Amino acid sequence: MARDIFERKIQQIKDEILLLGSMVEQAALDSVAAFKNKDQKAARTIIEEDQAINDKRFAIENAIMILFATQQPLAHDLRLLSAMFLVSNELERMGDYAKGIASNTIRLGNTDIPIPIRDIEKMAEIGVSMLHRSLSAFVNEKIDQAIKIPEDDDQVDELFNKSYRAIVNAMVANPATIDEASFLLWVVHNLERFADRSVNICERTIFIISGELLEMDSSDDEMRFDHED
Amino acid sequence: MTNNDKPKLSVKDFNLFYGKFQALRDVTIGIPENQITSIIGPSGCGKSTFLRSFNRMNDLIPSVHTSGKIELDNENIFETDVVELRQRVGMVFQRPNPFPKSIFENIAFGPRAHGVRDKLILSEIVEKSLRQSALWDEVKDQIHKSGLALSGGQQQRLCIARALAVEPEVILMDEPASALDPIATLKIEDLIQLLKVKYTIVIVTHNMQQAARASDFTLFFNMADDRAGYLVESGNTVDIFTNPKEHQTEQYISGRFG
Repeated sequence: MARDIFERKIQQIKDEILLLGSMVEQAALDSVAAFKNKDQKAARTIIEEDQAINDKRFAIENAIMILFATQQPLAHDLRLLSAMFLVSNELERMGDYAKGIASNTIRLGNTDIPIPIRDIEKMAEIGVSMLHRSLSAFVNEKIDQAIKIPEDDDQVDELFNKSYRAIVNAMVANPATIDEASFLLWVVHNLERFADRSVNICERTIFIISGELLEMDSSDDEMRFDHED
Repeated sequence: MTNNDKPKLSVKDFNLFYGKFQALRDVTIGIPENQITSIIGPSGCGKSTFLRSFNRMNDLIPSVHTSGKIELDNENIFETDVVELRQRVGMVFQRPNPFPKSIFENIAFGPRAHGVRDKLILSEIVEKSLRQSALWDEVKDQIHKSGLALSGGQQQRLCIARALAVEPEVILMDEPASALDPIATLKIEDLIQLLKVKYTIVIVTHNMQQAARASDFTLFFNMADDRAGYLVESGNTVDIFTNPKEHQTEQYISGRFG
């Protein structure tokens, strides 16, 4: 007994997750461009469009719930659908980080405080690339890729630490800018978390294939593999 | 076997033939005590034959012969008295099959056959068995009515009470809920959970969700090319249904064959 209809529905949900992922990617790229160009109009559009990301996430959750209720998935199917449930949540939160960057772009207005823009752009570039690759590994269930991608998170963490220090140093040098500079801290924090969420997607990919929940702790120098066997 | 569990039944290199046809091949497994073990697998994989081996029900079929060992508490069941074995290893079948007698007589039948004559003791056994099978409250005012007057679910619980009346140690159940509606099915499953405190339960089921819901330990049987049944995988039910080790198990429980 092949389960053609069930498999087709799983494929449809995978496609929707890829679509949600590309919406989040675009939102992240747009938010950093708006931030760089101090483009408040573009920032407002990103905030408005976040609703579409939220809606899509709920639609995916609903489709997965229906499969839980009607198809009683087990084993690999069960792990895959649970992982997709969580990954749609990760993606929605990543969309919120893009929205957060847009909000802070509006708060900062036409500020002239120093901004470590190169490092911020680099963080966004690596973060978006990690998202793209982690989703590809996820839908294709490529464990070797899922194990590698989190290594890139170290670069993002380094850039975060570097820009954090630059922003705080600027605050100390010129306390009058503390209010505005704190908005910058939010921007770099959002980008750092954005990359962490891709690591979570990789953890779920490994879970689908192996059934093991690995903590690929991005704050360590090495990835930890808490295998028991 | 799950950790630290003593096997109640221990099967070693067990083979079973119907004449020349091999129905079970090289089965080795321990059935943990005071747990619910489910046996799943496609039709014809020998799961019912395996279940019926535990109280030598297959002895009734002339062409059957076996090799290997099955031990109940370290005692070879093929070397014990079959009447005593069936007292220790009771059975409940797919369709409720009460005797065409009163509820009371259905349950008293076994103890009587084992020599209990005292009416008071028999009454006590009947009440105790009906309480254990969660039927007492529903039938206490009508225990002299025919067992056949009960609903299907009640009849099955009556059959469980009848099995309990001779104080077995193991209860074998062959698709005990497949002829019942969903509510009666869930009642039987809840009942099994209560019974495992005292008894070791082995249940054959086609209903994967039932195995997942109601058992602690699962055995998956499949059929080889020559149609002999063999044990593919065993393990904690949760592991079998979320992350089975064998591809065949994966394919079967996720509905890709069988």
